[in-house]
Amino acid sequence: MSIATIASLSSAGTTTAASDTGTIVPRLPFGDWVASFVDWATDAWAPFFDFVKAVLEGAYDGVAWVFETPSFVVIAFVLAVIGYFASGVRLAVGTAVGLVVIAGLDQWDHSMETLSLVILASLIALLIGIPLGVWAARNDNVSRAVRPVLDFMQTMPAFVYLIPTVVIFLTGVVPGIVATVVFAAAPGVRFTELGIRGVDKEVVEAGHAFGSTSRRILRQIQIPLAMPTIMAGVNQVIMLALSMVVVAGLVGGGGLGGDVVAGLSQVDVALGFEAGLSVVIIAMFLDRVTSALADRSPVARALAASNA
Amino acid sequence: MTAVRVENVYKVFGRRPKEAVRQIEAGKTRDEVKDLGTAAVIDASFDVAEGEIFVVMGLSGSGKSTLIRMLNGLWKPTSGHVRIGDDDLSEVDAKTLRALRRKRVSMVFQHFALLPHRTVLDNAAYPLEIQGVGREERRAKAQEALDLVGLSGWQDSLPSQLSGGMRQRVGLARALAADTDILLMDEAFSALDPLIRREMQEQLLELQSTLGKTIIFITHDLNEAMHLGDRIAVMRDGRIVQIGTSEEILTDPANDYVAQFIADVDRTRVLTASSVMQKPRALVSLGGGPRVASREMREAQVPAAYVVDRSRTLRGVIRDDDAVRATKEGKESLEGYYSSEYTAVSADTPLAELFAPSAESTLPMAVVDDNGKLVGVVPRVTLLEAMVPPEVPDASVGDIVAGDTAAAEHEAEENEAEENEAGATTTGAALPDDETTTEGVRS
Repeated sequence: MSIATIASLSSAGTTTAASDTGTIVPRLPFGDWVASFVDWATDAWAPFFDFVKAVLEGAYDGVAWVFETPSFVVIAFVLAVIGYFASGVRLAVGTAVGLVVIAGLDQWDHSMETLSLVILASLIALLIGIPLGVWAARNDNVSRAVRPVLDFMQTMPAFVYLIPTVVIFLTGVVPGIVATVVFAAAPGVRFTELGIRGVDKEVVEAGHAFGSTSRRILRQIQIPLAMPTIMAGVNQVIMLALSMVVVAGLVGGGGLGGDVVAGLSQVDVALGFEAGLSVVIIAMFLDRVTSALADRSPVARALAASNA
Repeated sequence: MTAVRVENVYKVFGRRPKEAVRQIEAGKTRDEVKDLGTAAVIDASFDVAEGEIFVVMGLSGSGKSTLIRMLNGLWKPTSGHVRIGDDDLSEVDAKTLRALRRKRVSMVFQHFALLPHRTVLDNAAYPLEIQGVGREERRAKAQEALDLVGLSGWQDSLPSQLSGGMRQRVGLARALAADTDILLMDEAFSALDPLIRREMQEQLLELQSTLGKTIIFITHDLNEAMHLGDRIAVMRDGRIVQIGTSEEILTDPANDYVAQFIADVDRTRVLTASSVMQKPRALVSLGGGPRVASREMREAQVPAAYVVDRSRTLRGVIRDDDAVRATKEGKESLEGYYSSEYTAVSADTPLAELFAPSAESTLPMAVVDDNGKLVGVVPRVTLLEAMVPPEVPDASVGDIVAGDTAAAEHEAEENEAEENEAGATTTGAALPDDETTTEGVRS
């Protein structure tokens, strides 16, 4: 599929709509602009994109190797243990049961692919999102500039991201990961900014008053105190990443998304629901673990101690 | 020695702060320059001497919190100079400023500003950690500071496990651990309930007398200001309207605003015996003999008189019938006839503590200096008069303080009865302040 095809398809469609309504507003060639930008970028930044693609593929292979090499029993045991340490016996048992169900649905391999994609994409999204959130919290201009971009990233229909990423990276896991990172990064930025701005001003002042540097205040006061909120953001990032990774099945992202897309195109209700249920189980596992970890940050525990 | 010097300091928040300062200097009021910015502090100047407790008092919005934040550079003055020793805070670079905060000025905050995820000990050690003191040494020093404020045994607790008063002790210990000469206290006790507040005030005074820190204390509570402050600066709408000792402010308010402010103060705790004492009407010298004593008492129309020796040291009290008896028995000296049953108080005793002894004695109370010399007497009627505030015009601030008048009167009665010592003063003239009410919700 070439960029020209997509561009001509989209402009043809919208042009018809515009002439139908007969408005006096001249046709705004927004689609053409984006298309030619993407076209230009694909050529001009080709070495960069090749590099990104190589790095992402390598990273994905690494993560996937960790999850796909050991047998089902080993992975299920390890994940259950993680559940136990994050929350307790209930989560451990729930995790084990859920994973057994996935295996029973014969979705184990695809589930592990999806889990790898989610973990990798979330990590990248957080690596970008948290520092950006910190920066936005400390600088009003950055905050003002970032906000509309985040709005755009979060509300643009998820499928749309797939189009340019496919143009640039062709099919496979990489466009899926890139689209997922773009789609899922927003809450990481937002929650981090919110959390740091919400830190008690007086405590930050105390840091300054005793002669601490800004960097040290960030490390010793702002980030620890904002941690419960940042962890809520992490949770959101992971959830969004999971939903996007499934959508990425449309472009050959593999994993459970591929099964869902196959189920849809073949009207295979059984396959669709089996893959869907696996997604739900993985989602619940990731959600419970991350929210349990949020409750275990030192500040959250300190506050909980006062209520006990 | 001057520890802190503030010279013509302005702080304006807003779009064109410099222009606002220029216009205020040219005579415009705070309201007239509103469009240019909010003038939080206007032309503040004062010196704080080493070892002094300097209190800045004002209602919320009077600029006192902004002012104190300029003393350690948390805010930069729009114009003017703040000097800590030889350093001008408006000129030093960021690094020097940080060094200054580490070594010279520490701060105690209204809502404690502790790190919730650190233990009490690590909170107290925080400034030392910033100073780069090694772990063992800073923990030892922090423990000393905690012992000093009476928190021994709590070092491993988290702040959230402590009561408000104890948390503020941690805040105080943290500031003391920093071992700076200057201590800034921003409404440090305002968030505490009255009994604890009183206790903390006493503790602060005690620490101050042993450690000799220079303390700049911000409060909206006039009683607290008068109790703690060697000198008090009263702020209103960004300006300092009067600076003086509590007695100066009480006896000679600079304007109607200050007069209104102090109308509800529990004067009996601020005024001391020296401010109301009078010259004794009848005074008998030891060598004068009984006849002179009788004549003195007759002329002054009193039933008894204080006896002093040559150096005016108070020796006792002679009653009229004893003087007459001595005369009858032909004695030349009062020796053996005067009694030592009298109460003498020192000149700096607050009036509140004079009521009980005064009630038990028919004589005016004797006021003596440190060497036991009689410096004056306080008749009971003077005591009662001192409790009545001077006439004040019903000016604009009447509505601000009106709410607390009833409470203050009630309190005065309680003091008269010498009851409820601790709770009384702190609640009385506390001025209504939004900050304190929202505070309760927080903690």
